[in-house]
Amino acid sequence: MTTYREAMREAIRAAMRADERVFLMGEDVGPYGGTFAVSLGLLEEFGPERIRDTPLSESTFVGAGIGAAMNGMRPIVEVMTVNFSMLALDQIVNNAATLRHMSGNQFGVPLVIRMTTGAGRQLAAQHSHSLEGWYAHIPGLRILAPGTVTDAYGMLAPALADPDPVLIFEHGTLYNLDGELDDQTAVDIDSAAVRRPGRDVTLIAYGGTLGTALTAAEQLSGDGVEAEVIDLRTLRPLDDETVMGSVRRTHRAVIVDEGWRSGSLAAEISARITEQAFYDLDAPVDRVCSAEVPMPYPRHLEQAALPQPDDVVAAVARMTG
Amino acid sequence: MSVTATNQIAPTGQDGHRRDLLHQMLRIRRFEERCVELYSAEHIRGFMHLYIGEEAVATGVMPALTPQDAVVSTYREHGHALARGVTAEAVMAEMFGKVTGCSLGRGGSMHLFDAATRFYGGNAIVGGGLPLAVGLALADRMRDRQGVTACFFGDGAVAEGEFHESLNLATLWRLPVLFCCENNLYAMGTRIDRAQASTDLTGRAASYGLEATSVDGMDVLAVETAARSATEAIRDDGRPRFLEFRTYRYRAHSMYDPDRYRDKAEIEAWRERDPIDALVRHMREAGELTDRDLSGLEADVDAEIDAAIAAAHAAAYEPVEDLTRFVYAEVSP
Repeated sequence: MTTYREAMREAIRAAMRADERVFLMGEDVGPYGGTFAVSLGLLEEFGPERIRDTPLSESTFVGAGIGAAMNGMRPIVEVMTVNFSMLALDQIVNNAATLRHMSGNQFGVPLVIRMTTGAGRQLAAQHSHSLEGWYAHIPGLRILAPGTVTDAYGMLAPALADPDPVLIFEHGTLYNLDGELDDQTAVDIDSAAVRRPGRDVTLIAYGGTLGTALTAAEQLSGDGVEAEVIDLRTLRPLDDETVMGSVRRTHRAVIVDEGWRSGSLAAEISARITEQAFYDLDAPVDRVCSAEVPMPYPRHLEQAALPQPDDVVAAVARMTG
Repeated sequence: MSVTATNQIAPTGQDGHRRDLLHQMLRIRRFEERCVELYSAEHIRGFMHLYIGEEAVATGVMPALTPQDAVVSTYREHGHALARGVTAEAVMAEMFGKVTGCSLGRGGSMHLFDAATRFYGGNAIVGGGLPLAVGLALADRMRDRQGVTACFFGDGAVAEGEFHESLNLATLWRLPVLFCCENNLYAMGTRIDRAQASTDLTGRAASYGLEATSVDGMDVLAVETAARSATEAIRDDGRPRFLEFRTYRYRAHSMYDPDRYRDKAEIEAWRERDPIDALVRHMREAGELTDRDLSGLEADVDAEIDAAIAAAHAAAYEPVEDLTRFVYAEVSP
């Protein structure tokens, strides 16, 4: 068995062995081993030039990653959490996402930025939010959310091969996830995946909510409702075909998204289903999202704020009842 | 876009060196004076920030760079682009929004890009180019290339966090960056001493541990000497340098700026130190420039700009069907 954390680490190791242009930089990726221990041991193999600790200067080390990518390198920049990436928002949105188009295709930014997202570890309101939906709003970026050990390993190589900037969101509760790393070749980063087939309702999830949706699907199965679970995997560009294909079979859809409901990725997917599969629906699309509060610290409030399997089951019951 | 003869400067001490510097400054000034007319005639739209008064900086720094070096610039970058070797034709077409522009017309005045001359734009977020310069230099260092990255920004950028982060990181990692601060005393309409607790920019830069020098930005020969000295030092030890060029823009911040915040006498006092007039005076006194030489230079410049404007008028716009091209690369790995 391999953990999500180990899979990520081995993917970085393999990429760095395969291509000397690849290097990792970020806060405490070196001797500390990465805040979430993803890069533990890599410094010993690759040295401080390629496992590069940075000062607490998110905007500048992300911007430096952009500059290095424009000048022939293939950097992997680790930002500790999505909350801290707000300090680098200018570089990501105004530079990484715009440069190819604005320069008339003269300069591209083949950069990978990895960051932790999501709640569930009682880290309160400045370390727990799911802001990947914001980034999925931005043309010029590709947004990935590995929800399995296989994707944690397999998404990095195609992300590095992408000629444009790729952001990888790693849900903080997944690092200890155990799984079989059955296939060490690269996976695709274009399509959603059906993680559990079903005929009665489609549950659409990604990253941290994939487990929530699968647990709900098991409960529903006990009640005789077979839910199909789709793992979006790539949040931009969205794979409409897989989603609509499923919804046309099941005629019902519930989106499970740890982001806030208002102006969310869940809202976008709901709109697309309405636009593309409205006449196939037997019930309005529903959404199970986080409560619209800054994430509180105590466990009972945090859990109350997050999408739970019971919430998903209840949403399905409302539309099948 | 190729480096053309228009931006070649004869080496210091050789015949024609000062003449070339004068030619370059005249080119930039006349180019922008024509841009004002074209803006009024609505051939150029959007924001346009003029460099008039500051020409000695770009003109003096660029001869210190080689084709292998990189340049990162700001939204006040027509002079940088022209002096670096982006053709007047490509810059003018870009201002017109035409497909023959150096960014296909997509960037306009604030976003000039040119891969051939390693001109990395045209950044319209104050301070936003500094981290890019650090990264460009990091890549050169990691790939064992000899390039220097020259990064232009204004005094306003010194108030941004990215300035401090970038000087720290470039010095910490010993990266070959030439930080070129064009201190024209105003961040839009806010005079530097109204926005910055310390106006000692070299002192603040030096606090990060890199050599920082203040230079008379109205004296093209002083600028060139300082830039050559700094780039030679960077090539020698790989460490960054900071140059503050004390300069002034005669025109408003942009075409939208009514310029209510400055005393006209202040502008006139700086005009007395005009870099073009100063060099003309110097060359006349040295017997290097006749009236006929000067009118010859002016005629060359006018002819080049006339041709650039005519070409911009004649050029096509990018087809609307191409609107969404190059948001992403078209060639998949």
